[in-house]
Amino acid sequence: MPSTFFLGTSIAILIAASLSLYRVVRGPSIIDRIIGVNVIGTKTIGVIVLTGQLFERVELFIDIALVYALINFIGTLALSRYFERKGVLVDASGAAR
Amino acid sequence: MIAVGMVLVCFGVFFLLTGAVGLIRFPDFYTRMHAAGKCDTLGSLLVLTGLACYEGPGLASVKLLVVALFVFVTSATATHAIARAAKRNRVPWWTREEGR
Repeated sequence: MPSTFFLGTSIAILIAASLSLYRVVRGPSIIDRIIGVNVIGTKTIGVIVLTGQLFERVELFIDIALVYALINFIGTLALSRYFERKGVLVDASGAAR
Repeated sequence: MIAVGMVLVCFGVFFLLTGAVGLIRFPDFYTRMHAAGKCDTLGSLLVLTGLACYEGPGLASVKLLVVALFVFVTSATATHAIARAAKRNRVPWWTREEGR
């Protein structure tokens, strides 16, 4: 019963991540894509920990989740600082590209 | 304690799904950020805290709470950095169209 619960919650979070992937692929501007990637990374932390609970090796998987959270944070921060300097292109109709 | 943990994980998954729907449906960058930033932080926090409750006292639950604290700080910081990048570059915000 617990393994079914953790499998179900992992699949639900993965469905939410694939919904966010729509915003990454389709997003009108580059910052929409950045925030989509950030959301997927935050969801992946939960999936990693739930998977560790599923395999009953949660002590091992927490460290992976911590490192993943660090990489996600640094990557998002670097991308946003880069595009803050470089500028986000805005076209004539006012929509960000 | 196990039941409390499962309920918390269920609430967290609900918030993550709601945040994803908001990320798709909202019309504007800033409103999308509103959905993504808060729902995602709260959902991850609830999932990690629920798993810590499920584990019971021990090293694993302490580590899970540390990860939850880390997510609680860094998710807000990352959201703020992206929003500042958008604001500095004058990304236009959504207004209701005329004649509606």
